[in-house]
Amino acid sequence: MSDTREIWARLAGLTPARIGLGRAGSGLPTREILRFGLDHAQARDAVHAPMDAEVLAGRIAELGFETVSVASQAPDRATYLRRPDLGRRLGTADRAALEAKAAPVDLAIVVADGLSARAVHENAVPLLAAFKPYAGKAAWKIAPVVIAREARVALGDDIGGALDARAVAVLIGERPGLSSPDSLGIYLTFGPRIGRSDAERNCISNVRAAGLTHDLAAFKLNWLLTRALALGLSGVALKDESDLALNGAAAVPVLSGVPPV
Amino acid sequence: MAYRHVVGPRTHAFADLAALMAKATPVRSGDRLAGIAAESAEENAAARWCLAEVPLREILARPLIPYEADDVTRLILDVHDGAAFAEIAHLTVGDFREFLLTATTEMLTRIAPGVTPEMAAAVSKIMRNQDLISVARKCRVVTRFRNTIGLPGTLAVRLQPNHPTDDPKGITAAILDGLTLGCGDAVIGINPASDSVQALGDLLNLLDGLIRTHNIPTQACVLTHLTTTLAAMERGLPVDLVFQSIAGTQKANASFGVTLALLREAHEAALALKRGPLGDNCMYFETGQGSALSADAHHGIDQQTLEARAYAVARTFRPLLVNTVVGFIGPEYLYDGKEIIRAGLEDHFCGKLMGVPLGVDVCYTNHAEADQDDMDTLLTLLGAAGCTYIMGVPGADDVMLNYQSTSFHDSLYLREVLGLKRAPEFEAWLHEIGLTDGDGTLLPGAGAPLLASAPDLAA
Repeated sequence: MSDTREIWARLAGLTPARIGLGRAGSGLPTREILRFGLDHAQARDAVHAPMDAEVLAGRIAELGFETVSVASQAPDRATYLRRPDLGRRLGTADRAALEAKAAPVDLAIVVADGLSARAVHENAVPLLAAFKPYAGKAAWKIAPVVIAREARVALGDDIGGALDARAVAVLIGERPGLSSPDSLGIYLTFGPRIGRSDAERNCISNVRAAGLTHDLAAFKLNWLLTRALALGLSGVALKDESDLALNGAAAVPVLSGVPPV
Repeated sequence: MAYRHVVGPRTHAFADLAALMAKATPVRSGDRLAGIAAESAEENAAARWCLAEVPLREILARPLIPYEADDVTRLILDVHDGAAFAEIAHLTVGDFREFLLTATTEMLTRIAPGVTPEMAAAVSKIMRNQDLISVARKCRVVTRFRNTIGLPGTLAVRLQPNHPTDDPKGITAAILDGLTLGCGDAVIGINPASDSVQALGDLLNLLDGLIRTHNIPTQACVLTHLTTTLAAMERGLPVDLVFQSIAGTQKANASFGVTLALLREAHEAALALKRGPLGDNCMYFETGQGSALSADAHHGIDQQTLEARAYAVARTFRPLLVNTVVGFIGPEYLYDGKEIIRAGLEDHFCGKLMGVPLGVDVCYTNHAEADQDDMDTLLTLLGAAGCTYIMGVPGADDVMLNYQSTSFHDSLYLREVLGLKRAPEFEAWLHEIGLTDGDGTLLPGAGAPLLASAPDLAA
């Protein structure tokens, strides 16, 4: 028996999947039921906990970015989840406020709650801190960082258009997995305007402590943005070859098969 | 033609058959998002009264999307079996419900080729959950490749050993876990993280090697785009089943990058390999309510009717397996456990009524209002309904696709409470290698006999 237990322990080390759990009759052992329940609770909390825009604005300001807060047309979380179309549009007043700040810039940055405020709380500021030196070196003009509530990825099109930005980077909480409630996604779109399709965006996924590091994500964002601004496009026509630029660094695992937020 | 129904002082009018069917559907978030759902409970009920009086003949005569505009409509009408339909041609939707409740298995098998997806969807809208269960339970759809799936009293399981980076050792470990828990008779099917032909080849060879070495009476599949699978077949890689996601309109299929012609080409290529010793059902399709709307290809038709149309695409290719991925797409289409449960039962019923070997990925995402208890409910109802197969995901947590499905343990539960057996060939194999007793019940020992017979795997 101890041999079998050792084998399962070794096999379990080969995958993050929940294997070798044992069983109680046909069911799971109590420990596994409780562990699953806790993981699901954390993922649910990540979806429903509100983003703290004020604290985020303070921390982003400390990095030296001006900030402005907006909300989509989805009035609450329940509506947001049912009506993705509302999460893609700015309220009229917020749009006017952004237009008042508009001046031609290279990049607009949006920090959006998406489906995980926790992902944004934990990863947006370190990502921006890691990205700032690249932006300084390239001397890009950057619009005030927009902090957006009840936001979908495509809200960045509305925001980038209102700010007269050549490109928009949306840092957004991804659909939380049971083992990854804290995953941030970065969506880069050249020429943001209402009606852009997901095929016109580049995505850097799984940015979190246990996934893609903030430094590597900032490197990739810089790489993609440099190409996007030079070529005047983003999306499927812009292949992410930043791994090659890292001189053969290990390929970065990306999530696939999951629709965008 | 407009439809009307009078309720006391109010007349409810419905512009056409598509609008009537949409208003008659049990309300769900996806139809609301499309702006076609009933706007009051009374309108919903009135639409059902009205739909119940529509003759099946009229449904056949009024395609929801014009024949000229959509190749799925053309497929539905071109292959429609008039002789099979003759037996039910005189019925209204309401009569059809009563016919189905009293029909025998033989009658249901006979009429299946005469049932269009719109007829199946229409009658499902006026059926309660128990009707959907009792009729589906009587339908018999049996398919074969390396084993026999769909026999009465059986339930198969797809072993889904996904890994976030397709690591062969990690995938093998998950397969071992599933086999030792008695799962994998429907298929061992991997959703790959990579879509390259090279990666596909590695995984196909891994699965083929496992199945050959251990003489496992099951089939393998790597669920990648069919053009990639076609390329793999051209390179001589071992492809058992061709997988593809499909939908109920030409435009939605185009958004998946497939056409009926491509499906035909892939089907013929897989048939030519003749890899199935027991039968030549060699296609595997996935579907799900909401896919057409998300591709902006819904033509004002409700998502459940469109889903049934996808089964019309599926049945043309005599698939081994078809499953709806019922709660995967998210709460904007199916908001909570109640909507997911209803949709799962509808999909299963419509598929079976049309003669499709329907399984269900009983699942949800973390932004849906659902949890394991809802999945237990749907799982149990589907077991009672004679569902062809379910998914087996380690611990119900898919670490590649980030959603929760059913676990290996869940299938053991269902077998225990409903007395369901595996595909007979697979059941015999498990007994032979010493994992189960003569009754199919797992023996204690944490899978030691398989681990012992497969030191290469466990090493």
